[in-house]
Amino acid sequence: MMSYYFRLALISMRRNPVLSTLMVLAIALGIGACMTTITVNYLMSNNPIKHKSDVLFHVQLDNWGPYEAAVDPNDPPYQMTWTDVNNLQKSERAYRQAAMAKSGGVVVPTDPNVKPFQAGYRLTYGDFFTMFDVPFLYGSGWDSEADSNGRHVVVLTKEINETLFGGKNSIGQNVTLSGEIFTVVGVIDEWHPIPKFYDLNNDDFGRPSELFMPLSLKLSMKLPSWGNVNCWKSPEEDGFEGFLNSECVNFQFWVELNNPGERADYAQFLDNYVNQQKTFGRFPRPLNNRMNNVQQWLEYNEVVADDAQIMMWLSLMFLVVCLLNTIGLMLSKFMGKSSEIGLRRAVGATKKDLFIQHTVETACIGIAGGIVGLGLSFFGLQGLRALYGEFADKLTSLDMNMAILAILLSLVATIIAGLYPTWRACSIAPASQLKSQ
Amino acid sequence: MLKMENITKVYRTDMVETHALREFNLEVNEGDFVAVTGPSGSGKTTFLNIAGLLETYSAGRYFLDGNDVSGISDSARSRVRNEKIGFIFQGFNLIPDLNLFDNVDVPLRYRGFSNKERKERIEHSLDTVGLANRMKHLPAQLSGGQQQRVAIARALAGSPRFLLADEPTGNLDSKMANSVMELLQDINAKGTTIVMVTHDPGLAAQAKRNIYVRDGKVSELHEVSLQATKEVVNA
Repeated sequence: MMSYYFRLALISMRRNPVLSTLMVLAIALGIGACMTTITVNYLMSNNPIKHKSDVLFHVQLDNWGPYEAAVDPNDPPYQMTWTDVNNLQKSERAYRQAAMAKSGGVVVPTDPNVKPFQAGYRLTYGDFFTMFDVPFLYGSGWDSEADSNGRHVVVLTKEINETLFGGKNSIGQNVTLSGEIFTVVGVIDEWHPIPKFYDLNNDDFGRPSELFMPLSLKLSMKLPSWGNVNCWKSPEEDGFEGFLNSECVNFQFWVELNNPGERADYAQFLDNYVNQQKTFGRFPRPLNNRMNNVQQWLEYNEVVADDAQIMMWLSLMFLVVCLLNTIGLMLSKFMGKSSEIGLRRAVGATKKDLFIQHTVETACIGIAGGIVGLGLSFFGLQGLRALYGEFADKLTSLDMNMAILAILLSLVATIIAGLYPTWRACSIAPASQLKSQ
Repeated sequence: MLKMENITKVYRTDMVETHALREFNLEVNEGDFVAVTGPSGSGKTTFLNIAGLLETYSAGRYFLDGNDVSGISDSARSRVRNEKIGFIFQGFNLIPDLNLFDNVDVPLRYRGFSNKERKERIEHSLDTVGLANRMKHLPAQLSGGQQQRVAIARALAGSPRFLLADEPTGNLDSKMANSVMELLQDINAKGTTIVMVTHDPGLAAQAKRNIYVRDGKVSELHEVSLQATKEVVNA
């Protein structure tokens, strides 16, 4: 019977192509606007490492001054000091740990035909790659010996490997970074977590740094601090080391803790660490350590921009307006079929039969609207990309989930919109229609 | 077969009450061919709608095939209409986008027949009305008389025991009307009970039995109804 209803739906849509097209377009416009903004919100609020979200923790220590919290109302700073990340890293109390910071410098390719260029560095530890499941095209991350001894090893992204080595396997090749020669130990495959959860302080939705190298090189190479640096008091010593030894925060610290026991132990360890530091005159504020897993960290940072949320709600309201128009068009269409409905009732169709028949027709309109709406949202996202450039590059991609959501949203919204016209159609008294044809 | 006892139908609006039927009593036996005549507004169509379970009534009892159908649910009424009653309307009421095959198929779809049985019944019905070779045509490609034949085929396809016809020849010229009337007589001869509302005394005279409705009541049967019919014609 469903195939019969489906055939009747197609016949009915063909019977009045202008009305059908108007309905499909009304729904498509609403869905297109909605899906454009929902996609941006969805990608902004995405958890890019769901499978490890519960075991990866961002650590915060409250080293801020005694009179004012780093973040209102009483939250610790988002980042940590050089002193603290090094102390925590060296203590190796977590299953895995990775301190990190953003830096950058000039890259001088070995190929004389490629011009030197500036690139971002991610200074970190070898655990970074295993903790965050970074996929490798060639080679791997570096080992702990490279971390400890500040080896000049580098991991490239796929894009920069393309630039420097034409995409070939570059393991063992040399490249000059900030004036020193580095050996390539790994090339990362496509990896672009959105949002860039491991460093939400510096361009939440930007591309990962193009080169990864040991954090210990920051000191020996005097690598500059890129990204946000915040201080509650001025460095007490001059120079680069004076800055590193200050209470200025510019470093992130992540740990991997696999069970509640490990988490409790690590929380206790952090408390002990801060209490110990207090004996050296640091950490004037009460204990205020935080450990947020990936999802909690994303939520805490409110990575979805307010204007994106406002746009989404506005587009949902626009969808409602489109659906109200569709209700009017559907009423007109279904009432135009009242003699057919009367006849079907007369020859034995129940109200339920007619309800299903018209709901199938509504669903067909909804699916058509969803498909056209999907096309419109594709163009909408292209428009956003053209407007905002690289920033929006990865926020404007329709994935399969979004495509399915578009069709489902259209289907459900249209069926809901069609309930009243369908109910009116089913309520037509057959006797009143049979004589009027 | 069909028995109405004191059926009353009142249409109410905020201002007015209109009595379409007043204590309407009628019994139609199996195999009857009853012509219902009467002036406009007398209640003929209301009677037919109630007989076909298309309308409810305000008071009285209605027995169809011995069963009291007065209080049955809407879906049960649909089932009875589908299984026991065939309808023929003055305006044919064919669905313009469906070909003849699909038009005749409409009541069968709600009956739950298999594809094979539906096909056989449709082909047989269209054959009965002489349109088996035009199954793929749309109604608009047929003459009025042919369209009414399709409507009759649709009414017959489910093998109803009871055929209700409301002015079946009202939109046809006399030649086509006679042809349709002959078809109805053939159908009746094969055992289907027919109740036909008509304004045409000539057609009514071809039925086995006539009733005359005036002011919502069956005022007279057969002999007197013929007299009344003549009055209408003379008027």
